[in-house]
Amino acid sequence: MADTLVAEPATTAPARRGRLGPSPWHALAYVAPALVVYATFVLYPLGRAVHLSLFEWDGLTLATFVGLGNYVEVLTDADLRAAFGHTLVLIVFFALLPTAIGLVLAALLTRARLRGLPFFRTVVFLPQVVAMVVVGVAWRQLYAPDGSVNDLLSLVGLGGVARAWLGDPTFALPAVGVIGTWVQTGLVTLLLMAGISRIPDQLYEAARLDGAGPVREFFAITLPSVRAELAVALTLTVIAALKTFDLIYITTGGGPGNRTSVPSYEVYNRAFRLGEVGSAAAVGVTLTVIIFVINLAVAWIGERR
Amino acid sequence: MISRTERSANYAILLLFAVFALWPILTILAGALGPDDAGGPGGLANFPAAWAEGRFGGSMLTSVAVSGFVVVVAGVLSIMAGYAFGTMRVPGAAVLFPLFLLGLMVPTEVIVVPLYFDLRTFGLTNTFWGIALPQVAQSVAFGTFWMRAYFRSRPPSLIEAGRLDGAGSWRILWQILVPPGRPAIVTMVVLTFMWTWNEFLIPLVMATDESLRTAPLGLAFFQGQYTSGLTLLAAAAVIVAAPVVVVYLFLQRHFIRGMLEGAVRE
Repeated sequence: MADTLVAEPATTAPARRGRLGPSPWHALAYVAPALVVYATFVLYPLGRAVHLSLFEWDGLTLATFVGLGNYVEVLTDADLRAAFGHTLVLIVFFALLPTAIGLVLAALLTRARLRGLPFFRTVVFLPQVVAMVVVGVAWRQLYAPDGSVNDLLSLVGLGGVARAWLGDPTFALPAVGVIGTWVQTGLVTLLLMAGISRIPDQLYEAARLDGAGPVREFFAITLPSVRAELAVALTLTVIAALKTFDLIYITTGGGPGNRTSVPSYEVYNRAFRLGEVGSAAAVGVTLTVIIFVINLAVAWIGERR
Repeated sequence: MISRTERSANYAILLLFAVFALWPILTILAGALGPDDAGGPGGLANFPAAWAEGRFGGSMLTSVAVSGFVVVVAGVLSIMAGYAFGTMRVPGAAVLFPLFLLGLMVPTEVIVVPLYFDLRTFGLTNTFWGIALPQVAQSVAFGTFWMRAYFRSRPPSLIEAGRLDGAGSWRILWQILVPPGRPAIVTMVVLTFMWTWNEFLIPLVMATDESLRTAPLGLAFFQGQYTSGLTLLAAAAVIVAAPVVVVYLFLQRHFIRGMLEGAVRE
């Protein structure tokens, strides 16, 4: 999940270094162990991925230099384009839907001062804690032909639409998406609750005196006050949508056909099953660039208020 | 201040979402405690059965070893690096620190491909190190960032006082700054533990040997092999999820607060 569970760092003044403070080399010695591990196992592989992406290589025999050929493939290959397209659908379910639901939930819950709030916070965040593999196993049972999703549907008289949800070409992708909504809603709600609870009460009292109802209150006060939290929530959830590897692996394996294949799944599939290492690296680099751009864009929007 | 209708509406919505959040979790729990796949009474006996059938003894042990190693090593390295970035003048910090931040954005998908082929060259795939070290590196990127924010919030006078008493930077770190930083450190440890325990792609690629499979990987293979045995599969899923869920339930108040404070600072 959230490898990027953080916005910009605190803007407190940097600690002053005393006259007798440690020397520069001394300071570097504290950073060195972390830096060595990090450079060896993240930075160097990242550079190598860019390098590999310029070759056609099956992982065994000699590699052929193809320049930007693999990137051209990302743009033109129908399967890859479909995979990136599926991500857009997943973003709706992983990011937009949880944000919309989370906004309403957080606004209601924070303002209402209900009892049982700690219980609710614990419960809605629980899906974030459970391993994606377990989430996948659980939802596969819910979505099975004799699973409880279909039971629920026949209970409310919609037995006619019952089906094997994850095996259905039309519904498999949205079905995976709903799992994302389930996982992410709690995180978004929690983030937004923290933001809303920081809004001074006087603002709401003033609004009520002016005769504003809950809806006006929400658009005039709540929404503008949580821009920073919204930015963090959207960054985290959009990136989660882009990195749905384990969920796809467990629930659908990219199928039926390639209806639920996503870029992160294509990276794995190409590198370790099809022996198209260069192409896999190019998909991975493209994914990284997209994540990087989203982070920059959100940070830029967040700072422009 | 709030009308009765608004209040009951709030409760209704709260209840609806609690049900939505708990439904899959309760389904899998109920499945795990149901009659076993042969029609026997099952219940709690499903857990030892799933444990034996899926050979979770080995994979749970691997997960404990990998998670323990990553949490401890990444934790210590992050505290040291965060300390330097937060309280000292690190040469090249203007470049080095953003470089660590970059690590928060790099997806596992992009580094796992070259890692596999390069570590294979050195005979490190299919070893404990091939699974653990990449995760230490990823956790260090987050941990350094997280701990730097904590160390920057410490008053400089605290460090000055330590220095005047003749304490070296190492003693100042562990005896003066770390003890009151327990909340920040616990949050970092819980997050690192959760991410490492739940990580799937790195062990999937690195551990080709069954003896090195982590618990989530064990569950994935269990699902592949026992498509008809829903009860044991559910029990296995509960076993794999349990350690993180238990840690979360015990520390959740503390953990949620720490996470939210770290997520957005204004």
